[in-house]
Amino acid sequence: MDLQLNWRAMWGRAYPRIIGVQREPSWILFDIFLPLLGIAAFIFFYRAMGAPEIYTGFVVLGGAMTAFWINVLWSMAAQFYWEKETGNLQLYLIAPMSRMSVLAGMAIGGMFLTGVRALSTFILGFLLFDVELEVTNPAALLAVFVVTLIALYGMGMLFSSLYLLYGRGAWHLSNILQEPIYLVSGFYFPVKAMGFWVALGASIIPITLGLDAMRQLMFDGEQIMPFLTWQVELVILMVLAVGFVLAARYALHYMEYLGKREGRLTLRWQ
Amino acid sequence: MKANLRTLKYAAWLGWQMESNWTNPWLFAIYSIIKPISATLILVIMYLIIWGSVLEQPEIFSYMFVGNTFYMYVAQVLFGVVFVIHEDREHYQTLKQVYIAPISFYFYIVGRAVPKIVITTIAAVITLAFGVLFLGLPIKLGAVNWPLLLLAMAVGLFCILMIGIALAGVSMLTAKHSMGINEGIAGMFYLFCGVTFPITFLPTWGQVIGLAIPITYWLEVVRRAVLPADLQWDSGLAAYSTGDIFLMLLATSLLFLVLSLGIFRYADRLARKKGKLDMSTTY
Repeated sequence: MDLQLNWRAMWGRAYPRIIGVQREPSWILFDIFLPLLGIAAFIFFYRAMGAPEIYTGFVVLGGAMTAFWINVLWSMAAQFYWEKETGNLQLYLIAPMSRMSVLAGMAIGGMFLTGVRALSTFILGFLLFDVELEVTNPAALLAVFVVTLIALYGMGMLFSSLYLLYGRGAWHLSNILQEPIYLVSGFYFPVKAMGFWVALGASIIPITLGLDAMRQLMFDGEQIMPFLTWQVELVILMVLAVGFVLAARYALHYMEYLGKREGRLTLRWQ
Repeated sequence: MKANLRTLKYAAWLGWQMESNWTNPWLFAIYSIIKPISATLILVIMYLIIWGSVLEQPEIFSYMFVGNTFYMYVAQVLFGVVFVIHEDREHYQTLKQVYIAPISFYFYIVGRAVPKIVITTIAAVITLAFGVLFLGLPIKLGAVNWPLLLLAMAVGLFCILMIGIALAGVSMLTAKHSMGINEGIAGMFYLFCGVTFPITFLPTWGQVIGLAIPITYWLEVVRRAVLPADLQWDSGLAAYSTGDIFLMLLATSLLFLVLSLGIFRYADRLARKKGKLDMSTTY
């Protein structure tokens, strides 16, 4: 394997997403202020019910983290569908680098781009709604956050491979994986409130455990209702991160083979 | 008029095919209802975490549930109208052909949104049935004020379509922001129109915004039509009679109609002048 070529391919694919932060300022409105509207609505709903203030923090944290899930769905999972529609996919396939380096580039670029947006949303939400944080272990919080992202984008790489053959179904699949996942992963409330089995099932999505662990490390109060301890969740997230990346590698090879055999890699407007 | 109705019919058929023929009917049916029900269940869980049972605060629960269910129309229909421009121009690259065809472009856009209205209606009915059967939502079919509900739905949907037409006009001038514009406006309505909580919880400037938008009055009329009088949470409009609120709904809808047509015509002229009708930005 030509490491230098793949290294360059990875950064080449990450580049448009990283540089996009400064080249396309409209994201400030669309990706920071607009999500705040939804976050504000949920906060006012909690406040209208007389909920303790800690829930405001839960909503701001969950609302900021939705950016990563949306990015994974639309800019990782469905990305090869877009590439197929615009005619880029065939160029990727005839280029001499590994397709995994393209996926890794998409993930790194997506993490950076979305990280800036999510952080901006969180800071604005934090300031606007007077969120009370109790961070006692910032190193652990950082570790949980980073490992969550690696596992999440590993899952995105796996999805991307599985979506490779889809037509319009890819768009609809990503569309349907938004609200139901916000629900079962506990973006706006502790996931344990959904019951043990739902929480256990939803743990396959890294953001479920990531959010639960981050809530434990950022807030203080009985309302946190931890599903597992953050240490256990961190270990599971590490396992998920490795598992998803390996599964993505296998799935990519298999789906590419299937796509070539069935002649669906260049099929547009399905 | 006959030609316009024909345009509406075939645009609706085209919209339905694009909406549904990517999969089998059963999967499509599940797909169509799971998303809105999940969105409602998020709020249900939030409510249950705080209050434990629907019976604790039935007026809060009913307010939130009914508001959120009917808000589906705002989100889905707006999306249905606005995304037509983006989809036809960028994805299928057929906008220019449709545009020069001897049909009413308004009727074409509205026709394409009709399947969204039908699908949303099915999803709303299923969500309400789920609420009544499994969560104790206090709606009794015999006690619903059907004439008021049907009248409110007609005016409300017309208003939502008009707002969508205005946004479709704006999206003729933008490259990739159709989704953002749509979600932004829908998000603004979600926050300011008393969908899940009374507008009295908003700061004063927020209440002023809410009172200027017809969706606020539409949701209030719908709640009065479907919920029992003793289970109405004061939305901030309790002092007004249903007739007064309906008049405010009509007045603000009329204002939005004029604004919408003005915005669409201006954007349409500008798009033709700047050659944006057939632009392709690969988004």
